[in-house]
Order: sequence, then structure tokens, then C-alpha cells
Amino acid sequence: MIELKGVTKRFKTVTAVDSVDLTIKKGELFGLLGPNGAGKTTIIRMLTTLALPSSGQIIISGYDVKRELTQVKAQIGVVPQHMNVDNELTVWENLELHGRLYKMPKGKRLGRIEELLEFIEMTDRAHDPCGILSGGMKRRLMMARALLHEPKILFLDEPTVGLDAHSRHKIWNLIRKMNEMDLTVLLTTHYIEEAEMLCHRVALIDQGKLVKMGTPDELKMQVGKIVVEQICNGEVTYQFFSGREAAAEYAANLKGKVIIREANLEDVFVKLTKRKVGE
Amino acid sequence: MDWYTVFWKQWRIFKKRFWKIFSSSLVNPLLYLIVFGWGLGRNIQVEGGSYMQFVIPGIIAMTTMNTSYNAVANPLNISRIYYKTYEEYIIAPISSFSVVLGEVLAGSGRGMFAGLIVLLLSFLFGVNFQISPLFILIMFVNSFLFASLGVVAAMVIDSHEDMAMFSSFVIVPMAFLSNTFFSLQNVPEAVSYLIQIMPLTHTAKSLRAISLGMPVPWVSILILPVIAVILFIVAVRITLRVE
Repeated sequence: MIELKGVTKRFKTVTAVDSVDLTIKKGELFGLLGPNGAGKTTIIRMLTTLALPSSGQIIISGYDVKRELTQVKAQIGVVPQHMNVDNELTVWENLELHGRLYKMPKGKRLGRIEELLEFIEMTDRAHDPCGILSGGMKRRLMMARALLHEPKILFLDEPTVGLDAHSRHKIWNLIRKMNEMDLTVLLTTHYIEEAEMLCHRVALIDQGKLVKMGTPDELKMQVGKIVVEQICNGEVTYQFFSGREAAAEYAANLKGKVIIREANLEDVFVKLTKRKVGE
Repeated sequence: MDWYTVFWKQWRIFKKRFWKIFSSSLVNPLLYLIVFGWGLGRNIQVEGGSYMQFVIPGIIAMTTMNTSYNAVANPLNISRIYYKTYEEYIIAPISSFSVVLGEVLAGSGRGMFAGLIVLLLSFLFGVNFQISPLFILIMFVNSFLFASLGVVAAMVIDSHEDMAMFSSFVIVPMAFLSNTFFSLQNVPEAVSYLIQIMPLTHTAKSLRAISLGMPVPWVSILILPVIAVILFIVAVRITLRVE
């Protein structure tokens, strides 16, 4: 469904994305996980025709992004990181504008807008100007907008950044529902739990490179299921074990504060890159 | 008909802001009419007519320029750099030609709206002058030209500060120097050449000739659409470009 072959993006002084190879299957909910500045947004921008790769090839639904731009555009829906709804227009007008931009016939456009307003639970806000909406509502509106023209693939760049826990769960539910409607979803995130709870497969991205890829469980198996975290003189060390018993045995002989817990993707990231996602 | 989508959006915004736009379109020309027409120019004769008759075509030229340029340049620049609503156009299957045409026609419409308000005010002030379909057409071409310049500026300039600089160094001097408020008869030749380069000079000259029933300066009238088309093409080439 989405294929990246040796995709590289160089800016004047930095290489933001460094020969990334990636294949995302139809119907998958795929996450790019990495710290800020890792190159996730640049990857999404290249996939959504907002930036051109310096080298490499991107194929979306069988179409080459460089040569078959129009076909690609019809296939994809995009929810950017930036809240780019038009604040001067109402919720309905924002959707109507999008439908017109994608040349949807009037009858279909109006029906689809109604349907999606219901989907994001904002039917009663249809005629409010977007300027007065909360961040979570704007984000939901952007999701409805991205879905309006019935794309096959949905791109979400940091879909829950800056939202409170309640709004975040609402967005997660919407993403799951959309994926169940047979949509291929690619999202970027720097939230560990978002990648773990939501995504079928995750690619760890660091400094423009793809570090590791797999299901959250596969990735965690790479380091071991259980972590022993030892905090000694302000320094934290990690040891990984495949079972609880071995971990407990090891921890029994340690000094300082010791925590035994299940490994998460953060641990995988730290082990592979010597860096935290949150940094 | 893709351009109409872009135009439609601006039309919705125009309707919402109608009273704000209407009153602000009223204030500037009214001030110019009072200060330059009634105040300073009451007893001055210019090129064989009253100063009021002389200055009104200039004010119309200036107003259509200012309004159409500002209606496009600043909102588009902000939507590109700050709100990023412009990215919706890049991602959508719409051509750069359609986006520019929609924006420029919307901007031209705003320019015409403001220009017609000045015409109306002038009649209320009891100024005696002629208008013809050609007069209206020149107003439109002038609006189209500066709306296109607005798109070019919005695409090329990368900060709000520099947008203000461009306005201070290009738009404002043009507004005051382009044969709008004073006659070029007593201007030194070298300066006159400089003024002739400015497109607005040709608008003011043409509008004035028609309004005073003088022979129409065809060269000026033909220069305007040429510049407008060139700016429009440049705008189309640089809009929706990705790197």
C-alpha cells in the first residue's frame, strides 16, 4: 500500500531523512515512533506531497508520488500536526471547502459531511466558527476533513500532541474506528503509549534513520520482557530479562532504589539508540 | 471551475465581514477626499480643472491598488506561514492556476468594491466627472494586476515583517508618487521617467483622461494588462510549489 525505497531528504545543512526503506500493508495501523526532530514529520510530508524526496522512491497504492501526483492525491487523507482549520469559517464551511476542493458532487458532499459530523460527534457544532473550538474539537474536525473524500490511506502527524487525556482517548477511538473501516493508517508520535496501544506495527525512527521495525511485542522481545531499573547515585541503569523470576533474582542483590516492571517501547528505544524518545 | 472553490471561500469570508470591510473601505478614501480635495485643494487649479476633479481618479487608482493587494497578500502570506491552511491547497488535487485565479479574482472583487465606494463618495461630494465602461475596465485590470502582485509577494516573502517592509518600500511610495496626487507637468525629467515605470501611474493617467473627457492614453491602457498577465503568470509558477 505504501512503499518507501531508499528515501532521503537533505536540507541545506542536515540530512533529515536518511535512506529509509519501509513497506506498509493494506489495512495496517502503522506508527512512526521517535523523538522530536527525528524526521517523522519530514517522512509524512514527503508521503503527502508536501515535500519532495532528495532521492529514493515513494509508491502509494501503486502510484509513484513523483510522476502520478494526481492519482496519489485522491488516495490519501492528511491530518497535519499544525491545527490548520480555517478559523474564519464554520465547521461546516471547512468541510464544504474541502469537499469542493476534491470535486465531490454536491449530493454526495452534503451527505458525507453530515455522516462525518456525526462520526466526530460534532453535529451540534456544525455552524460554530472554528475560532471558538477547543484543540480536541479542531483535531476531530481535521480528521473528518481528511476522511471526507473517502481516501484509502490516512496520514496523521502527531494526532494527539497538546491534548488532554480525555480528548486523547477520543482521538484514539476515532483512529481505531477508522482503521476498522478498512482504512490504512500511518501516524507519527513521540508518545510511547500511543504507539503501543494503537499501532499494529511500529518503526523506531532516530536521527533520520529507521532503527527497528516490528509489532510492539516483537520489539519488546528484542530487549527482554522484564526490566530491572536501578537508581543509584542519581544514575539509572537498566537490565533486561525474559522472565520475572530471573529478574527478581538479579534485583535481590542490588543496592539503591530498584524497580521491576514490564518493558515498553521506550526501553527498546533506549537500548537501541542510547537515547530516550522523550528527549 | 476549480478556481471558483477558492473564490467561494473568500466570498464567504467577505459576507461575514461585510460591515467591517465596508466601513474600512469608506474611511481611507473619505479622509483623502477631505484632506486633499476639500482641505488643501479647494482653490488649486490643476491641468485645467479643479483639484478635486484631478485627484479623484488618483484616489480610485490608489484605492483599487491598495485594497486588492492587501486583500490577497497578507491573508495568503499568513495562511502559508502561520496558519498553514494553504497546505490544504497543496495536498488537494487542484492546480496552481486555479488557486491563483480564485485568489486574484477575489482580490480584484475587493478592489472593485472599494473603488466603487470612492466613485459613490465622489458623486456625493458633487464632483463633476465622466465615467465609461473603459473606466470601469481599467479599474478592474488595475485590481487584477495588484492582486496578482499580492500573490507573488505572499509566496516569495517569508516573514510578516518583510511583508510590511515590501509594503512600505513598494506599495506606499507607489500610492503617493504615481501621478495620483500631483501632476507630472512640473516634475524633473529624470524623476518623471522613474514614475513612468510604476504601473499605477498608467492607471491614474488613464482614469484621469477618461474622467476629464480628454484623449485616451492608449499606450498606458495597453501596458496595464501586459503587466497584469506577466505578474499572474509569475504567481501561477510559484504557487503550490514544493521542495
